This record gives sequence, structure tokens and C-alpha cells, in this order.
Amino acid sequence: MSLPFYVAPEQQMKDRADYARKGIARGRSVVVLHYADGILFVAENRSQALHKVSEIYDRVAFAAVGRYNEFENLRQAGIRYADVRGYTYDRTDVTGRGLANMYAQVLGTIFSSGGDKPYEVEIVVAELGATPAQDQIYRLTYDGSVADEANFAVMGGSADAIAEIVSSGFTHGLRLAEAAKLAVGALGSDGGPNAAPRSLGVEALEVAVLDRTRAMPRKFRRIKGDRLAALLADGSQPTNGT
Amino acid sequence: MSDRRDVVELTSEFFRIGSSSFTDFVSRVSPDVLPSSRAAVAGMGDLSPHGTTIVAATFPGGVVVAGDRRATMGNIIAQRDIEKVFAADEFSIIGIAGAAGLAVELVGLFQVELEHYEKIEGAPLSLVGKANRLATMIRLNLGLAMQGLVVVPLFAGWDEATGEGRIFSYDATGGRYEEHAYFSVGSGSVFARGSLKKLYRPDFDEGEAALAVIQALYDAADDDSSTGGPDMARKIFPVVLAATEDGVQRLGDEQIAGLVDQLMASRAERPDGPGAPLA
Repeated sequence: MSLPFYVAPEQQMKDRADYARKGIARGRSVVVLHYADGILFVAENRSQALHKVSEIYDRVAFAAVGRYNEFENLRQAGIRYADVRGYTYDRTDVTGRGLANMYAQVLGTIFSSGGDKPYEVEIVVAELGATPAQDQIYRLTYDGSVADEANFAVMGGSADAIAEIVSSGFTHGLRLAEAAKLAVGALGSDGGPNAAPRSLGVEALEVAVLDRTRAMPRKFRRIKGDRLAALLADGSQPTNGT
Repeated sequence: MSDRRDVVELTSEFFRIGSSSFTDFVSRVSPDVLPSSRAAVAGMGDLSPHGTTIVAATFPGGVVVAGDRRATMGNIIAQRDIEKVFAADEFSIIGIAGAAGLAVELVGLFQVELEHYEKIEGAPLSLVGKANRLATMIRLNLGLAMQGLVVVPLFAGWDEATGEGRIFSYDATGGRYEEHAYFSVGSGSVFARGSLKKLYRPDFDEGEAALAVIQALYDAADDDSSTGGPDMARKIFPVVLAATEDGVQRLGDEQIAGLVDQLMASRAERPDGPGAPLA
């Protein structure tokens, strides 16, 4: 029987982090940003069935990049967590902060435990507060660290190039159409300043909002098909409904 | 053990693959919060207030469901403004008669069940799928029903697949039956059904269907002491919900008040309500 090689803990963590980062960088990106009536999610996603953005609870939504089966697993756990909590206590007792904490614990444990491979995912938990000032975007990375993002969050491959474009165009109180155009333009400019921007059509996008103006308690709404095309074309506000 | 389960604790169950049912999931992680976790004790039905009559009727563009506002405990009126008809989700309605506390809890569980499935799967259940799911949940309650805690729901909704409003009734053992045109459950249901038998027409519009179910509730209240009629002094009127292709909508207070005024005026002329032709 041979002894395993000694690997310094620093090196071990660095290797795991590199591994996770490489996995995440392979995927297409997601942009999450505040707009006048809530929070907008725009993902580059050619699949209509495998979502990167989805509803967790009345005012809480989830976006992810990376390995699909891993973030899908996290998404389902989040829905279960929220529904059990809301049913046991009250619907108002389900918060984005609680959910972000839960995800941070799970990701952190998986990352630092010796056995499993780290999750190759990055996720955003966004929550609509009572007032726009209370809206929250939490960004969680593969190692369980949480960042409370002020204006927007970008995840996935070429996140830096995309974030640069979003930050140059972002102001508070953007209308939905303006915010959507900004995000779509940024997603297309992932080649950096020297490459020609790609043009992303409706079929390559997954768009959803947490919309404060929606009458029902569930504020999450997908924007797709003709509505999305109209939103990106002339900037007219789509009416409520999916 | 049971103390710990009151807190939502993250276990490997949360990461288990394959289940999109909330009830199944909760029964594994936190069974104490489910209505079926009650100990079944003989005669417990007398301890709970009873909700009474629910009426539903279809019309070409959908279905309406109405409930009176009374809950009784023996000869006592336990609550005069209880609500027993709820939107189960965007396209379906559930009305409940029987043990009020348990029934309201069951509705809450059913609503979460439908929403949970929709979120996990990314698409809602079919109307028949929802009706079957409700049957399973009633079946789980059989032990309590045998001890007097009976809940009898009436489920109705807009079926997007067939493009029509449909009604489903249940018995206490979880039997599910599809009803056509109209149906009623609860203590006053015999009278309400008799009333609708004479009043119902298949070419109703939504407003006429709403008036018909309110008429039926009035007839039920007329002959069943457990069913509450419209309370004119307090302005407590039946709850009426309609499911159409645009989704579920609760009829506004003003609209109901208008229909009730119309009904009261005609009943002042003829207290037994509209007469049907003899032949």
C-alpha cells in the first residue's frame, strides 16, 4: 500500500476553485438587474425547456449558470425549502435572505468537504422588497460566498466583459424595455471591446421579471415569444400575464 | 423528535430527485404540519364548526362556484362571514363543506400542492390531474372522516385542453365523480340542487349563471338552518368565483350586491323564487 501524496490545503482549495471556475466559464451568461418596477432576468439560453431562470416563491426568483443538473438540484431544493417554510409559518416568512443563506451553507459544505467535487455553478437569488429600495440581488459563487449586489449581477463565461457594458449603461429607474435592451446588448458583446457584438434573437433568450405592478401575490412572470419581440423592438410595455 | 421537526431543517430529502408533490415531500420531512397528522378520536366532529352549502354551475364560457357565508356548531352560528370558496390556482376553484378548520387547512395544502408542482415541473397540471390529486388528499383524510371530521370539496375549473368549464365532486372516501351542468355539496345541497334543476339553462352567460347559483343558495338557506341567506343588514353576501379562459376571478362586491338586490326584489313578489313552466 502506498501513501497518498501530501497536498497543501491551500493548493487543494485553489485546485477546486480553478476546477469550478473553468466549468462555469464554459457556459453562456445571465444578467440580473433592477428596473423601474422590479428585477429583470435575461439569460442567453437556446433551450425553451431547460430554464436558467425560474420562480421560487411569491417575490423570490432564481437564476443560475454552470452545470445544469447541479443548479437544477439547487433550484428544486430551494422551491421545497420555500414551500415548506411558507406552509408551516406564513407566506410572508419566506425571504430571499433565508434562501441565500441556505444556498451558501450547501455550496460551502460541498466545496470544502474533501469527498465531493465542487459544484460548477454560480447562482443569483433575487427578492422583490416592499419598496424598490428594498429589492435585493444576492449572488452566490461555487464556494458558498455571498455578495449583495447593488445594481446588477452578471454570471457565466465572459462575465467581466458583459458587466462592463451593463455598468456603463445602467442608471436607476430604467424602464423595462430599456433594461432589457441593455442586458441583451451586453450579452451579445461577450467577445470584448475588440470583437463585433453578436445579435441575439428572441429564440436565443430567456427573459423573466419579478414585477411589482403585478396584481397577484406571485410576482414572477416570463416574457417570451411575441411579447419579448415587441419589448425588444419598439420598447412598448407588454401587458401583464405570461 | 417532534420538536425538531417544527423547524425547517435542510436534509438530504431536499435534494432528492423525482418528486414534484408537496404533500409527499412534507410527509417525509415535516409530517406534523399535515392535516392528516391529527390523532383520530371518536366524536371529534362535534368539536369543529361546520361549513355548509357550495353550489357550482357551468355555462358555455366557463363555470361559476358560490358558497354561503355561515359556519355552525350545533345550534350556534359559529361564524357569519366565513369564506368557503377559493381559487385553487390560476384556472381552478375549490369550495368546501364539512369540518371548517380542517377544510380550510386542506384547501391551503391543495393550493401549495398545485403551485409546487407547477414550479418544479415548469408547467401546471391538467384539470383532471388536479382533480385526481385532490381525490388522493381526501383519501388520506379518511381516518379523520370516520371519526366525524368530514370534508367534502367541490372542485371546478376551466379545462384548457377541452375548452370548457368542468365540475368534480367527491365523497369522504376520496371517490371522484365528474358532474355535468351543475352540482351542490353540503347540508343545504339537496335544496340547492332541486332549485338548480328548475332554474338551470345550458345557454347561461356568466352573470345569469351567477344569479342562478345565488338563487339556489337562497333556496338552500330557506329550508336548511345551517345555510346562511344573504345578510342584508350587514351586507354579507355569498362568495362567487368564476373560472373562464382568462383565469379565475372573484365577482366583485358591487356585482354580487346588484344580483342579490335583484333576487330580493323578485322574492318580495314571489317568495318561493322564479316559477318553472308546468309542461
